[in-house]
Amino acid sequence: MRKDIYSICFMCTVRCPIKVTVEDGAVKWVEGNPHQLKGALCAKGSAGTALLNDTERLRYPMIREGARGEGKWKRVSWDQALDYAAQKLKAAVDHYGPQTVAFGERQNLNTHLSKTFMRALGSPNHFTHDALCKGSVNTAFRTLTGYTDAEVAVDWVNTKHVILYGRNLFESLELKPIQALLEAKDKGARITYIDIRSTITASHADRFWMIRPGTDLALNYALIHVILRDNLYDEEYVNRWVTGLTELRAFVEPYTPEWAEEETGIPAGEIVALAREVGGEKPQVIFHYGYRGASHLDEIYFRRSLVILNALMGSIESKGGLIIKKGPKDAGFGSFGKLVDQKDLPKPKGERFDGAGGSRFPIADPAHGVAAMLPLAILNEDPYPLKALIIHRFDPMLSIPDYNQNKKALDKLDLILTIDINFSETAWYSDVILPESIYLERSDSIQMAAGPKPALYMRRQCIPPRYDTKPFWEIIRELARRLDLGRFFPYDSIEDIWDLQLKDMGVSIKDFEAKGFVSLAKNPILWDRKEGLKFKTPSGKIEFVSSLMEQNGFLSFLPYKSVTPPPEGEFRLTVGRSAVHTHVSTQNNPYLNELLPENVLWLNTEEASRLGIADGQYVEVHSDHGFGRLKALVTDFIHPEAVFMLHGFGRQVPATTRCYGKGASDTALQENVSDVIGGSPGLHETFVRVRPAS
Amino acid sequence: MSDYYLFHDSAKCIGCMSCEVHCKENKRLPPGPRLCRIETIGPKWVGNIPKVDFVFMPCYHCDRPWCVAACPTGAMQKRTGDGIVFVDHNLCVGCKACMRACPWGAPQWDPEKGKAVKCDYCLDRVDQGLEPACVAKCVTKCLHFGKPEEVVDARRMRHARAMAAMATEVTLRQPVNGPKAKPMKPKRKQAQDPVEGS
Ligand code: SF4
Ligand code: SF4
Repeated sequence: MRKDIYSICFMCTVRCPIKVTVEDGAVKWVEGNPHQLKGALCAKGSAGTALLNDTERLRYPMIREGARGEGKWKRVSWDQALDYAAQKLKAAVDHYGPQTVAFGERQNLNTHLSKTFMRALGSPNHFTHDALCKGSVNTAFRTLTGYTDAEVAVDWVNTKHVILYGRNLFESLELKPIQALLEAKDKGARITYIDIRSTITASHADRFWMIRPGTDLALNYALIHVILRDNLYDEEYVNRWVTGLTELRAFVEPYTPEWAEEETGIPAGEIVALAREVGGEKPQVIFHYGYRGASHLDEIYFRRSLVILNALMGSIESKGGLIIKKGPKDAGFGSFGKLVDQKDLPKPKGERFDGAGGSRFPIADPAHGVAAMLPLAILNEDPYPLKALIIHRFDPMLSIPDYNQNKKALDKLDLILTIDINFSETAWYSDVILPESIYLERSDSIQMAAGPKPALYMRRQCIPPRYDTKPFWEIIRELARRLDLGRFFPYDSIEDIWDLQLKDMGVSIKDFEAKGFVSLAKNPILWDRKEGLKFKTPSGKIEFVSSLMEQNGFLSFLPYKSVTPPPEGEFRLTVGRSAVHTHVSTQNNPYLNELLPENVLWLNTEEASRLGIADGQYVEVHSDHGFGRLKALVTDFIHPEAVFMLHGFGRQVPATTRCYGKGASDTALQENVSDVIGGSPGLHETFVRVRPAS
Repeated sequence: MSDYYLFHDSAKCIGCMSCEVHCKENKRLPPGPRLCRIETIGPKWVGNIPKVDFVFMPCYHCDRPWCVAACPTGAMQKRTGDGIVFVDHNLCVGCKACMRACPWGAPQWDPEKGKAVKCDYCLDRVDQGLEPACVAKCVTKCLHFGKPEEVVDARRMRHARAMAAMATEVTLRQPVNGPKAKPMKPKRKQAQDPVEGS
């Protein structure tokens, strides 16, 4: 029997809608949902079947037998594993208090269940991977508009000009934006790409600037300078919707294009040319605000400068610009239910381990927390000791800078419980492993995709689990029951969760059958630009001088500090992503591993010849924190001050035989330092020394 | 050549190598054989842009395929009717003669089956009226497949459109009495442009 099932991909975090063809209980074909993606799918999406059949993924519950990281496991039944985990969690809660349990995950469709679990337990310490990627983007957006970056959508298809700062869209790819941007390009849209090295996105751009590493902020101050000096901004919009223009004007006065040329290496004339160009194209202009670009201790000011540029273009809530996402209520529907909204569920209380919303990071988003603080909080017992860590689909060990320090920190815990589909570095270092079924084998909570046109999507089980694995919603309920918290998980099946989510919406499960999603609005919902914008700041406007920042003792505008070039013989380590791997999770996939088995170190030709390094030769990379060994890619197409490597390699889990020991890990080299306000790690703060491998 | 035409609009390609995986996944191949490959050329400076070019290399389904001539068992065949070159796995004994004969490296080795495998334009899909896997799921929809008259040369169409747009602009800018530029006429009538229409 042949059947088409609409579902949602989960090979990366983008959540593309897919159509899966199942025949006689086996997955025969996976393609992008033809109603949304014209059938297109990326390499990772197609490699989902290779994951499904992979014998090296987590196949049954396990309890550690040898020392941590030794790789001796005992296969146990689900009951044994859950009992063991629950008993250890109980011990931590009873002896040290619930706040000593932390739960970290990559944001997913069931995050409302994890948050429910932690609140029921009485711990404020639920955190996500988000801050490791874009914590400062989130904070920057909130300081200016009251919205997080996740509440804003990019209208790629109608844009006239996109300016990308290290946002390597065509390699770190998202299907819908790529298709939309190529369509916009056909209609004449332009792309300006700014990076320290060339990429495929640069190849598709109309303008490329190889910027001096770390100086993106200088460039933006100069752009703002020219835009204000030459009146290139959207006056009507800015007068109506922005506060603090006068202060900004005075602040950017000294930052001339000529000054920026010195700092960034980009000719002043070109900076002026870009400002003039976008001035003529506004408001259909996007200064993209994420995710790479300069990543430093004052990153929040760089992210703020990007949002400010959009505001000056009048592009926030404009066609072809950024559009504030609308939810079911804006579309005239009822509210979308979440388990975390239960009335009797305790509110989070007490200080968080990572200081988000507390003394350390007063304005970082507590909905995500600051993951990079995890090892520091454990090691320094600051603000209090942590005893147990639950990790779900996330690999702190290989995602948080300073691998060695992470390992030392995890060593101090009484319990590490990992729920995952693969042997991550953290899973390998755990005490208990609860294997989750992969996305093709399970149904999940419904996705509420807010946007200009809000819609609901459903991940549906396509085939029964191939191994002894369970869906997360079942695992967490079982754990809760064993901790006497079962009353907060009032469901027996995924359908019960769906009913709870849709109860007040006026949408039924049947509505998903035709296309796999339910559209809540026919046309994009745009607020009236003259009077209808609803910014969530105290003034109701975009606040260049931010009340959120100022009230917490932070400057709204940071005077520029010149970026120090690396000392002789050293380089600034920079990192990024490829088109075929997801962060740290797919390196062992048979198909993806075949395409890209290891990472290489990009190194400028002249620097390489001075160091006596030839293309393709192995090199040793040292920092004050660690070491890596990988092949050199000697090229003219990277700035001489920087070296670059892909994130996610240099794996140390022998059980994942395909990626074990291949390439080098950036986190082994990086120092764990964070943006002072938003808390995202300063990934480009580390200098490394490179030499030919002996 | 076969009756079919697989066109790669390389200017739109982003070198994501997804097509390689779509192909392998459809044929359930183990790591090793790659029936189509994206070859990356560059980057090299074109103006101030570090341009990268991509070449898509499936099998070219030659008119007089050397792999077919070299195959001692008749496993490698050129299908009568549409000229698709494919391997009949019932007949393949794994001697690798086809692999040595092909100048393009199209026949590949399947270490699990111990037989040759190659791009056959996904003939099982084509026979059901579907597009080959690589085409159907290409991220940017820059691969096109069909009989030559069905496949619009997307690159040429794009150029024509740009020229037409320019011609209109030039017309508008002409002095009132000056000569007028004529908008370009498309050379061939096309039912639908897959880039625009899809
Ligand atoms: S899938 Fe399409 S865009 Fe990606 S490399 Fe292949 S041909 Fe190019
Ligand atoms: S036509 Fe089919 S077999 Fe040939 S390269 Fe494309 S997907 Fe592979």
